[in-house]
Amino acid sequence: MNRRFLGRLAAMLLALSALPGLVPAAWAADEAPDALIKRLSDEVLNATRGDKSIQAGDLTKVMALVDSKIMPNVNFQRMTAAAVGPAWRQATPEQQKRLQEEFKVLLVRTYSGALAQVNDETVTVKPLRAAPTDAELVVRTEVRGRGDPIQLDYRLEKTPGQGAGWKIYNLNVLGVWLVETYRSQFAQEINAKGLDGLIAALADRNKANRKG
Amino acid sequence: MTKTPLMIRSEAVAGGAARLLGLLALALALGGCAALANPNPRDPLEPLNRGVSQFNEGVDSVVLRPVATVYRQNVPPIIRTGVANFFGNISDAWSFVNSLLQFKLQDAGENLTRVSMNTFMGLGGILDVASGFNIERHREDFGQTLGRWGVPAGPYIVLPFFGPSTLRDTLALPIDRRLDLVQRIDAHGWRNTAYTLRAVDQRSNLLRASSVLDGAALDKYSFTRDAHLQRRRAEIFEKEEPPAPPAQPGEGAEPARGAQPAAPGGAQPAVPSGSPPPAAPAR
Repeated sequence: MNRRFLGRLAAMLLALSALPGLVPAAWAADEAPDALIKRLSDEVLNATRGDKSIQAGDLTKVMALVDSKIMPNVNFQRMTAAAVGPAWRQATPEQQKRLQEEFKVLLVRTYSGALAQVNDETVTVKPLRAAPTDAELVVRTEVRGRGDPIQLDYRLEKTPGQGAGWKIYNLNVLGVWLVETYRSQFAQEINAKGLDGLIAALADRNKANRKG
Repeated sequence: MTKTPLMIRSEAVAGGAARLLGLLALALALGGCAALANPNPRDPLEPLNRGVSQFNEGVDSVVLRPVATVYRQNVPPIIRTGVANFFGNISDAWSFVNSLLQFKLQDAGENLTRVSMNTFMGLGGILDVASGFNIERHREDFGQTLGRWGVPAGPYIVLPFFGPSTLRDTLALPIDRRLDLVQRIDAHGWRNTAYTLRAVDQRSNLLRASSVLDGAALDKYSFTRDAHLQRRRAEIFEKEEPPAPPAQPGEGAEPARGAQPAAPGGAQPAVPSGSPPPAAPAR
């Protein structure tokens, strides 16, 4: 073993040791998106399963759960902007803030209502079909319980450094994309009564839900 | 077989009701046609559809939902499960035929296995033995078969009593019903009981979903329409990559929408309806 060989060996080892730092660094601090979804689904299901007050219809606990566990992983501004459409750019910051708030209350309540129906359902996350360099991808899951399995897909965007590294910006239940469906709902209101009319309609819907 | 007086009379009533419904529909159409400022390209019959929706909601809230609620609250779960399994088995048989027609051979095989297992080992379909063996059901109907063969969906139509549909699915409905095994029950009284029981059973399974829908929608009609159309497309193209939601904007910037004027009076963004997924035939 002469010195030149050792030198080359050392250089190679040095180069190689740098490499592992490069590839997993993209994922190292951040969770893999499918693992994130699985973790969130399991946490939420375990918390709601078997809780009598939830099954009796008391949504406050579920809503608190959704707020604390799921909302931090959702890019709500993007969801609202996408649902509102071109009118978002013309909205004042005050209007944008109110739209986001009301839409969030509506979605949290709807999602909690759906969660409250869960009994023995389990969630299976399907294998991820995405390249490691994708900045946006779809995680497909299936909720199985009594009756037909329910397809539940999430669209996530990569947010390195923020939270778990991925944020949800769209949801698909049984083939129905949420943002798209709300987009035409909102467009109807905006065309009829403008942005303020939309905000009022959302506020009314939330008030009615709180009562009912 | 010869028709009993009861059958003749009930057919006449049905015919009369159909004619009345037809007149009602026509009146609604004529009355409502001028009202819509922003017609949705997927729903050119919107005023008529809204009218029929309202009629259906009325029938549902007055008749079907209360009955389904009573059924759900008072009939023991084991019996309800048996009823659901029985009708599920019958629908599996039709699903088998349709999966064959769509050349989905593995699905057809599984549907056939389900039907044979449940019929012979499950007391005629009352016990769902096949699910215990993890043999999945693949729901197919003739409308989906037509869709797979490339027949476009056509305009959204809300049918009285049957609910949301499309032109293609409406035309497929008589075939679904003609080959419906429940149709084969000869005794008139039993057949009506079976139809009623199936309707109540299906409605009771949807009670929870409909209450979530009520809270989620700003406008129940358009929410139901959009959800139905998306769901239908997903059912037809199920195994393929989920069609990407059209024109996902970032923060409202939407180059894909082209010359969409931002003026408030502009046409309702019709992109979600107009852009079918590139890989799929016209839906």
